Amino acid sequence: MPRVLTIVRRRLLAAIPVLVLVTIGTFCLLEAAGGDAVDAYVGMTGGDAGLMEQLRQQWGLDQSAGNRLAAYLWSLAHLDLGWSVTFSRPISDVIAERLPNTLLLMGCAIALSFGLGTALGIGAGARPGSTRDRLLSVASLALYAVPGFWLGLVLTVIFAVQLRWLPLSGLETIASGKTGLAHAADIARHLVLPVAALGFIYLALYLRTMRSAMAEVWRLDFVLAAKARGLSPRRIVLAHVARNALLPLVTVLGLQSGAMLGGSVVIETVFSIPGLGRLAQEAVASRDTPLLLGIILVSAVLVIAINLVVDLVYAMLDPRIGSGDAE
Amino acid sequence: MTPRLSIRDLGVRYPGAATSALDRVSLELGEGERLAVIGESGSGKTTLALAIAGLLPTGTTISGMIEWPRFDGPPANGRDVGFVFQDPGASLDPVMRVGRQIAEVLHAHSEVGWRQAHAMAVELIDRVRLPEPARLAEAFPHQLSGGQKQRIAIAAAIAARPKLLIADEPTSALDTIVQAQIVALIDRLAKEDRMTLIFISHDIALASEIADRIVVFRAGSMVEIGKTDDILVRPKEPYTRALIEASTAPAIATDSREEAAPS
Amino acid sequence: MSAVPRFLRTPEGASGALILAALALMALLAPVIFPNDPLSIAGPPLLPPFQDWSLPLGTDRLGRDVLAGIMHGARASLAVALAAAAMSIMVGAVVGTIAGFAGGLTDEALMRVVDAFQTIPGFLLALAFVSVVGPSLTVVVIAIALSAWTGPARIARAEVLSIRERDYVAAARVVGMRPAEIAFREILPNALPPVLALSAVIVASAILTEAALSFLGLGDPNRVTWGGMIAEGRTVLRTAPFLSIFPGIALVLAVLGVYLAGEGAVEATAAKRGYA
Repeated sequence: MPRVLTIVRRRLLAAIPVLVLVTIGTFCLLEAAGGDAVDAYVGMTGGDAGLMEQLRQQWGLDQSAGNRLAAYLWSLAHLDLGWSVTFSRPISDVIAERLPNTLLLMGCAIALSFGLGTALGIGAGARPGSTRDRLLSVASLALYAVPGFWLGLVLTVIFAVQLRWLPLSGLETIASGKTGLAHAADIARHLVLPVAALGFIYLALYLRTMRSAMAEVWRLDFVLAAKARGLSPRRIVLAHVARNALLPLVTVLGLQSGAMLGGSVVIETVFSIPGLGRLAQEAVASRDTPLLLGIILVSAVLVIAINLVVDLVYAMLDPRIGSGDAE
Repeated sequence: MTPRLSIRDLGVRYPGAATSALDRVSLELGEGERLAVIGESGSGKTTLALAIAGLLPTGTTISGMIEWPRFDGPPANGRDVGFVFQDPGASLDPVMRVGRQIAEVLHAHSEVGWRQAHAMAVELIDRVRLPEPARLAEAFPHQLSGGQKQRIAIAAAIAARPKLLIADEPTSALDTIVQAQIVALIDRLAKEDRMTLIFISHDIALASEIADRIVVFRAGSMVEIGKTDDILVRPKEPYTRALIEASTAPAIATDSREEAAPS
Repeated sequence: MSAVPRFLRTPEGASGALILAALALMALLAPVIFPNDPLSIAGPPLLPPFQDWSLPLGTDRLGRDVLAGIMHGARASLAVALAAAAMSIMVGAVVGTIAGFAGGLTDEALMRVVDAFQTIPGFLLALAFVSVVGPSLTVVVIAIALSAWTGPARIARAEVLSIRERDYVAAARVVGMRPAEIAFREILPNALPPVLALSAVIVASAILTEAALSFLGLGDPNRVTWGGMIAEGRTVLRTAPFLSIFPGIALVLAVLGVYLAGEGAVEATAAKRGYA
């Protein structure tokens, strides 16, 4: 238990200056966007200079930059991310609505890419240099070179347009009135292509990482010792080599979480999934900068949370981490 | 008496190497005999050990013959030949509990289930004179000292009761006092299990306490071979003489050393 | 054996170099073979490929030549990718060297900044930047570099930390060189190789990021880009899928070429150091 607490505390302490910097950074971008919320609001609903003056005073936008930053930080502390002009709702509400869908998409994609990628990587890494290994290596490199959004489009053309096996877009059949298990099945059907598009790219990455990690572990002395003890090749590959190779793989998982979140922007756009990623694209399209920056803040928090979980998983897998009695 | 092991004109060359690591090595090892292989780094002694155990990397050129007259077929690692490596920290998997690393050897070579294998592993940990065996079995390698790790490695090497034990510089990575304890441990275990022993070292005096015969290697070739007392008292070759003079470990009686607390 | 022939002997290096050479050729020859503006109308709309040999890959919704678009698109992709990689490596190497050499509070502060940039998903950061500043080729380059600089920064810092204690640095200090001089004349050149090893990855990811930005409509509106072409083709995906497929293939080949060349370079340098 003490190990877990040490890791959590260390990660959270490191996160604070990062979040402060991210907040200040986003605030500066907000400033640089020129045109504040009032311009955007008036641009949408119309109004004269007098109204703008009044609104500015009302919303505290006529204060100095320093005061506004302080006010921004204060409202953040209350989990208030501001107002979205596009949706005419608090930003926190909009994000809270969309976030679960992105988490669902990402969760499934991580499960697919990590699970299948690791399994294939073990298959390749079991015998480095074999034909199977070389084939998987080339295939994964080609797959890793594919743009996610293009893969999504290609999959759509093949499976939704030509073969008509799967739905074209969206998260569920609109106004279908399905509930319970049927509803879940419907969502699952809609998620197949987007999860595949998002997951396959990272599958290639995990495959390659596992493969090279195993190649590194093969060279270590305890593998020779395991052979000297007469353990079966299968046992050596799975219980010793792959198990040790899992460690760098988990590290990569943490590093890639942010990239996958970014990737969800295009995937959700291609498949019209109402998630955080597509919200970002909508915010860009309607020049709703406060919304976009709110999304960035939430993403940063999400990345920190994911990295914390990854740290804990790593500590679970590596008994040497955090224990006081290492030699 | 038929020898346990018969080596004839053995030559070994590693892949991509310019010279042979071993050249025309011939020797015989009798049943229950203890042979010390002495040499400096690069002399080929580890190569000999790996060759006998069948652990040379793929692509290595091997010439000559290694015969096993008392086995039906080529000996199996773990079951017929046990191997103890020089660096105890490197020979154990860092993420697996030490008890399990011993148990998996038992599980691989006999019909026992995991639960029984674990119980036998605890007994083995006791046999190598480690305290609180049940608790130690749950430890990870990084929580043990060098001497403790080597005892675990030895336990794993003899778990399946091999007839031949090869110890490749088992003490070179340890402190002097611990060195003596480990040598005494190997001596006792080899006696108890009636194992044939090949003990490799660069320290001729240390090896002489445990060995019946000594063979000296230099640059891949045998320099001299003979009974321990003969070699130590009347070395024929100048190189052997130089090794004896360079060796520092004093000769102490075996039994008294092992009673010291293992650390 | 010097570096280049060794590089070309590896299958990865040879194939990667081949692809990249073809790409460079495309980019350079585009204005020669297709001197007209690729955004101008060249023929009837939605002409399928392989039918009219003056328009080998067909035309898009507005009748623009697809092949011309792909060749001109190579210019945008290569220019952005190389510029973004150069910028990230330069900025990252400088920041990393300063952090590693200065140590103490400066190092801590700079590393927190690196952390902050790494915590924000790179694509979102690029999105926000282009959205705020406005889309153009230069802005896209900066947007990509904004998140890509952190990798080189960390590597440069790690190298500097290991080099800092070495003898020739101590000698330089004794001779009386100013710290800044030492940092940039002695240390930085030695810290560069591992940073450069990262460059293939940065270039490849820059190509993909630029394509994604263009796909979302945030690319330079005055240029033809592969991402933009794919977005255009999406509107007629059912009837003319080739419009989205061809630029995508170009993207895959370009990125693959960069990866292969990168792997070839790694193999060549590893072999040189005797790791094979």
